[in-house]
Amino acid sequence: MELLSNQILAGIATGAIYACMALALVMIYQAIGQLNFAQGEMAMFSTFMAWQMIHWGAPYWAAFVLTLMLSFAGGVVIERLLFRPLAKAPILTNLAGFLALFAIINSVAGLIWDFTIKPFPSPFGSSPFLGSRLVSTHQAGMIGVILLVLAVLFVFLRFTRMGLAMRAAAAQPESARLVGIDTNRMIALGWGMAAAVGAVAGMLIAPVVFLDPNMMGGVLIYGFAAAVLGGLSSPPGAVVGGFLVGIIENLVGTYVSGVGNELKLPIALALIVIVLVVKPSGLFGRQEIKRV
Amino acid sequence: MTAMLDVSDLRAWYGQAQALRGLGFRLAEGGVTALLGANGAGKTTVLRAICNMVRTAGTIAFEGRPLTGLSTASIVRLGIAHVPQGRGTFTTMTVEENLQLGAISRSDRRGIISDTERMYSHFPVLRERRRQQAGTLSGGEQQMLAVARALMLRPRLLLLDEPSFGLAPLVVRDVFGILGKINREDKVTILVVEQNAQLALELAEAAYVIETGRIVMSGSAADIANNEDVRKSYLGY
Repeated sequence: MELLSNQILAGIATGAIYACMALALVMIYQAIGQLNFAQGEMAMFSTFMAWQMIHWGAPYWAAFVLTLMLSFAGGVVIERLLFRPLAKAPILTNLAGFLALFAIINSVAGLIWDFTIKPFPSPFGSSPFLGSRLVSTHQAGMIGVILLVLAVLFVFLRFTRMGLAMRAAAAQPESARLVGIDTNRMIALGWGMAAAVGAVAGMLIAPVVFLDPNMMGGVLIYGFAAAVLGGLSSPPGAVVGGFLVGIIENLVGTYVSGVGNELKLPIALALIVIVLVVKPSGLFGRQEIKRV
Repeated sequence: MTAMLDVSDLRAWYGQAQALRGLGFRLAEGGVTALLGANGAGKTTVLRAICNMVRTAGTIAFEGRPLTGLSTASIVRLGIAHVPQGRGTFTTMTVEENLQLGAISRSDRRGIISDTERMYSHFPVLRERRRQQAGTLSGGEQQMLAVARALMLRPRLLLLDEPSFGLAPLVVRDVFGILGKINREDKVTILVVEQNAQLALELAEAAYVIETGRIVMSGSAADIANNEDVRKSYLGY
């Protein structure tokens, strides 16, 4: 029993990271209808910025908050410079844009900070959490911080006028313009928020996977799995999907014989395929109906 | 007297296809004007052109101010509310959220609250359904919501595209009755595009008839209603 509850808790911890990545993906998907393949690299770059600040002597939380702000600004700049001009371009052109962004960020990070693996500090330490061998204080803190971030986002989107405008712009852009919403501004805001949410995920997973330019590759795939599982049209779905993927991954890795750490990633991919076949709009997504 | 809306030599294109071929008209402040015409004549395009939702040339001036180069959102913020075909309802949001979105460009909290109440008294059924998803409303209720949402902007000019579309005749009477009341009480100038010419001419004081992107007739609603050609083509008697 203790093994089960610990495994679930550990699953929730990594699931929280996947939830963040999935949410970041969904925010941009909702705004522009495209999957941001560079989301993981953006998060990785943010994490390097935080590492640099801490390396220069900044206190952890100051670096954390400053990184969030810089990431937000970075997200807005990327939208303005790269994806606004591509807004009316075909989907493949956009795809090329995302892959270019991926490659650029990855190599720039490698150029500045090189490709050697670096440790990243955790503000929560890594002692056993409440005497559990499987869950550390860092994982517990990670869950706490991410739940806080998710709660803030939820309140913003649900209960503020700006959040309402953002949801309206994502759901029906033409109608949104007809009530006076500047949809371009909302898209930029979505990019900024997605970049900041990704940065949270990056900074919190870095103490576990260590910091290097390729650190987010696996995490992004889990994020995709989570977003597809929850439904690309549903931010809360993406979050639930993230936690589910985290828990499933851990439980299957523990209880299904023959599935070790090496086989965990294929499970995420299998999950994507199964969801796409059985319920293409995801657990919480809405089927998009187009009138012709 | 300067017109509230002054349109001249308006041309519009969808890709290569030209939809408007140089038309002009003026809207008197406080009036109701109807745009009539057959399917594909360009009625909807005129409304879309006013809000810069289609590629245009020519001039459109609102209260003396040219709208050229302004984005849809900033044109709306000048006080031009547009109820498009299909009503522009935010179907996944509640009735109340739709009304809030109508007032999203305003910052007077108190005014928004009292206007919301006013809309609920214009349209009592919306109050009953305030927490319901807008997509689950009936066609008539959605049209009422669309009009209410547009009025939440406190517009000076209200553009309506086929408000009778898909509604039962009794519901249409309701909606048009309320439109007349809004025009009289709130002094909102209305430009209405309608297939149902008879209905539109009852509400309007002035009317324009469009054919293949040009205005072919204009005059008071009574004159147009009595015109032999119009009766044959659009009124069917």
